This record gives sequence, structure tokens and C-alpha cells, in this order.
Amino acid sequence: MSKKTVHEILEDEDFKALSSQKNVISIILTILELVLYFGFIALIAFNKPFLSQKLSGEGATTIGIPIAVGTILGSWVFTGIYIFWANSKYDAEVKKVKDNIIGG
Amino acid sequence: MPQAAQTAQTMIGQSNPTAIMFFVAFVVSTLLITWWAAKRTRTTKDFYAAGRSITGFQNGLALAGDYMSAASFLGIAGLVSTKGYDGLIYSVGWLVGWPIIMFLISEPLRNLGKYTFADVVAYRLNQRPIRAAAAAGSLVVVLTYLIAQMVGAGTLIKLMFGLPFELAIVVTGSLMIMYVLFGGMIATTWVQIIKAGLLLSGATLLVLLTLNKFNFSYANLFNQAAAATPAGQKFLEPGGLVTSPIDAFSLGLALMFGTAGLPHILMRFYTVPDAKAARKSVFYATGFIGYFYILTVTIGFGAAVLVGQKVIMGIDKGGNMAGPLLAEALGGNLFLGFLSAVAFATILAVVSGLTLAGASAFSHDLFVGVIRHGKASEKDEVKVAKIATVGLGITAILLGILFKGQNVAFLVGLTFAIAASANFPALLMSIMWKKFTTAGAVTSIYSGLIVATVLLILSPTVWVDIVHKSEVDAITKQVKGIEDAAKAKIGEIEKQKAPGLDAAKMAEIDATIAAEKKAVEAQTKEAKAAMPKAIFPLKNPGIYSMAAAFLIGILVSLMASDKVAESKYEAQKLREYIGVGAED
Repeated sequence: MSKKTVHEILEDEDFKALSSQKNVISIILTILELVLYFGFIALIAFNKPFLSQKLSGEGATTIGIPIAVGTILGSWVFTGIYIFWANSKYDAEVKKVKDNIIGG
Repeated sequence: MPQAAQTAQTMIGQSNPTAIMFFVAFVVSTLLITWWAAKRTRTTKDFYAAGRSITGFQNGLALAGDYMSAASFLGIAGLVSTKGYDGLIYSVGWLVGWPIIMFLISEPLRNLGKYTFADVVAYRLNQRPIRAAAAAGSLVVVLTYLIAQMVGAGTLIKLMFGLPFELAIVVTGSLMIMYVLFGGMIATTWVQIIKAGLLLSGATLLVLLTLNKFNFSYANLFNQAAAATPAGQKFLEPGGLVTSPIDAFSLGLALMFGTAGLPHILMRFYTVPDAKAARKSVFYATGFIGYFYILTVTIGFGAAVLVGQKVIMGIDKGGNMAGPLLAEALGGNLFLGFLSAVAFATILAVVSGLTLAGASAFSHDLFVGVIRHGKASEKDEVKVAKIATVGLGITAILLGILFKGQNVAFLVGLTFAIAASANFPALLMSIMWKKFTTAGAVTSIYSGLIVATVLLILSPTVWVDIVHKSEVDAITKQVKGIEDAAKAKIGEIEKQKAPGLDAAKMAEIDATIAAEKKAVEAQTKEAKAAMPKAIFPLKNPGIYSMAAAFLIGILVSLMASDKVAESKYEAQKLREYIGVGAED
């Protein structure tokens, strides 16, 4: 399939950049998701009064409600960020590696 | 318009012609799809992976369909309607595993595997022991979840349609077997897609009708929810769900990483053509599921106001009928019928996905990988998968009937704890860690499986609430007896108090009462001391069982290196990142 061995491809700067960039993005987003969710859990466990505060004087809505919904939406936004990065950057890099090194 | 008082008269639990009509329409159309799919199901690729013909968007819906069970639709709405904010907290935990699947699992899974997640774990490692272990992890997860779903199905269908429990289970089980047996993954996927579409549109309509009552203002809804419930403002605050931080953390870990270790979810990534579609499908699935939980929570709050907790809990203590009751209050019998049929369809779709995942673990991993040493014709493999489908289906029906009336909530916790401990660590380490060995993977899977199961049995959820239930009940009764007797006795003594009594006599009576109270306190304390205690303190073992699986996997791998596996890591890496050589 290729002129280069697997080992040579893995040693190629383009491939190294591609794989390390993907690892960095994946790990950063995973950590952000962990912080988001377990931060929410920590608030419930250690600071219930904070979540019980009312949003405004007259309404009954507590701060906890938008925070919980925000955790759901935030998780989705993170997946959106990943998709955006992967579709715009990663796929192009993969194509480049495939064309230049393997297919070349 | 119907308010709390009127909705007390409900059609729920009676045979409902509208519901039956909608349900028959669903069954007929899904069976037609199955017939259509059966003609297209020839190879293993068709049977396990729908010929990899599903698009990212379709798979997103199907993943959401696999994940949004009737338990989460009816259960979370019920939990919110009875416990308020705590129900919302619970719903958040069910979503957060999806981004993890996307960032760490979806693309490598699609690039490295063929039909099951065991393909990925076994990629560089020794096939037979890995496949045996992974199949054990998959089958235990599938069976425990299947029992929980089946028992839930029987109970819910009985509640909604008044159908006998056993009949409900047999109907569910038979339809599920038909979908999977004849239509394989193609039929199962389309059943999921239709069900997800119905569930999302039904819930959306219910939320629109609900919000209409509150001038489309969430603030208004929450104000009235606080006003309408006995808990008042506390209804909108975190309550008793999270007591000990470590318990909450442990459950959170199990939910989050368990999602990323569910075989029927992981299997779906093989139905799309490539890693790009796999990643896309998680984006859609996360959006659909998140949206669904927001709808469900809104339905719960709406039901608390428009139906009322008294009515909801009068029909089912757990609140499971909050959603259907709200539908009936807002859209009459027609909407109730529609929503009940959707709930039934939901159950059916989820158990079908589970059965297919179980059948593939059995045939692809156990039969081909272990028994036939990786060599079997496609025809044989599909045949064994079909036999396994029937076997699993019948087992699920029998176990569902056997567990009738049992408290099976712990099984869901067990499913996620095992998926997070037996399946997820081995999968992640096989993808990411060059030095991971066969021995490390096998010991990691079995230790995750065993530690999660044993600790859950020793936990308060099973050890106290189920194993020692009769003792707990007896002691609770005894304590109540002591307290009732004391109350009566104190009441008698208090009667001696008369207006004309002198101060000394009064003080004497008060002292007697105080002494009596003290004696009762000592008595109840003594009785409660005999209360069975859990050997393991946490309600969910996730934190320990996951730690055990990772630690043992790492230590065993480091003890004896596996040069062959390490040498294959480069090829794996190339395929993982750019998809060269991925199954098409």
C-alpha cells in the first residue's frame, strides 16, 4: 500500500503533529467535561445553599436550575467544539498524511 | 380546563383503544421494516452492522433511541414530579458520558474494530482469552440491563394498559426476538430511529402543551411548582439525593464511564461507514439525549403543577405515571393513548438493541473467537447469532417473569458499574497504552466485573434493602410499635393533668413523662442497633471497581511485558488515527 513502512510514517512530522494534536484536544475536552460534571456534583455535595439561591427577588427559580441545564448544554457544546475542530482541521490533516506519505 | 381534581379520574390502567391502535400501527410498520430488512440481511456485516450503511445523523437518532429507555422517560419525569430538583440532578448524570465516548472512544472504536468492542481490545492481544473475558463483560451487562428493562416493561405496561405482567413480557420478548432474528441490525436500527422520532416528537408536543399553560415562561412554571407542592421552595433546591460526597462521586463515575462501556451502544459505531460518521453520530446523539432530558424534566415539573403530586403518587408511588397523566390532562384520551404506545415502543426498541448486542458477543466473540479459534464461515456465524438471539430472548422472558415484583432498580446501578469497570478500562487502555498486555486486559476485565458485583451485593442497595429486607422491615415495625405504645402511654399520663392541680403534682407528672420519653428513646435505640448494616458503605461501587480494574490492568501489564503486542502498536496507531485498513 505504501512506499514507506508503518514505522516511517509514524516518525513523519506530519503524522506526529496530527496524532499529538488529536490527543491534546481529546484530553483537554475530557478534562473540561469531568470538571463540568464533577464540579456540579461537588456544588451539590458541599454547597447546597449556593444552588438554592433565588435568581431574582420575586421568582422562585433557583440558581441550581440553570446550572443543571447548563451542564447538559455545556456537554453538548463540548461535543460541538470537537466536531468543529475535527471537521475543519483534523480531516484535512488526515487527508494530507494519506496523500503525501502513503499514497504518494 | 382539567385541573388536579378532575384528572383523578384517569383512563390509565384500563385497556385503551387509542393506545392499542397506535401500538398496533407501530408494530405493523416495524414488522414491515423487519421484512424489508430481512431481505437485505445476508452477511455478518449486514446482521451485526447494517452493512455499515447508516449515516451519522441516522446513527445519532438510533444511539439516542438505544439510550432513552422508558425508565428514563417515565422514571425521570416521575422523579422530578415527586422530588423536584433532585430529579434534575439525576437526569444530568445520564448525559455526561456521551462527550467521553466522543473524545476517547468513538473514532478508534470504528477504525480498529469490526462488530464488537472486543475486536478493539483483542486487536494486538491474544484473541481467545480476551474474547472470552470481553464476552463475559458484555453478556453480564446485557443480561442485567435486560432483566431490569423487562421487569420495568411488565410493570409499566400493566400500569398503562392493565395487561397482565406475564403477557406484557411475552409480547415484548416475542416482538424483540422477531426484529433481531429476521432483521438483524438493519431492522433494529430502524426500529430505534422510528422510536426516537416518536418519543422526541411526543415529548416535544407534551412540553409545548404544558408551557402553553404557563404562558411559555419557565419562571412562571417554577413559581407555580414551588407554590403547588408541599415542599414549597425546597422543591427547587437540592435535597436528599446527594448525602455523602463520595457516594455521589462514585455514582457519577459509574454513570459517566458506564455509558462508554455499554456493549449495545458501542456496537452502533460499526453501523456507520467511517470514523467521521461515528464522531458525527455522537454529536447528534448527545444533542437529542440532552434535549430529551430537558423535555422530561419540564414534563415532571409540569405534572407536579397541572396533575398534582397526590394524584401522581396515588396511581404509582414512584411517580412513573406523571408523564402519561399530564398527557391525559392536556391532550385527553387521544394523547394519552399515543404516549402510552410510544412508551411501549420505547421499551421494545431498547430490549431489541440489547438482545442484538448480547447475540453478537455470543457468536462473534465466544463462538467464532473462542470456540472456533477465529475461523468460521459467515453462514455459521450468522446462524449462531440467530440461535443466540432466540436463546437470549427466551432467557430474558423467563428472567423477567422470575423477577416479577422484585426491586430491580439495583440492576441498573449494577449494569453501569460493570460497564464502567469491566468494559471501559480495558477498552481505553487497549487504545491508548502501548504496554498493555493480554494478561493485563484479562485480569482488568474480570476484576472489574467481580469487584463491581461483589461490592454492590455488599452495599446498602442490596445487602440492606434486599438481602436483609425482612429484618429491616421487622425492626422498623418493632420501632414503630414501641413508639406507638409510648405515645399512648404518655397520652394517658397527660390526661392526669387537670387545671386545678398543684404545681408539685404537675412537676411530678412532667417528670414521669420525661422519664417515659427517655426510656422509649433508649428502647428504640437498642432496637435500631440490631438493624443490619451494609458491609460496603457506598450505594454504587463505581469508584472502587473502576480503580481496581485500572490498577490491576496496569500492574499486571507492567509485571510481564508483551513484546508481540507492543510491536503491533504502530500498525494500530496508524489505523486508529487515519483509518488506514479500517473495516469497510
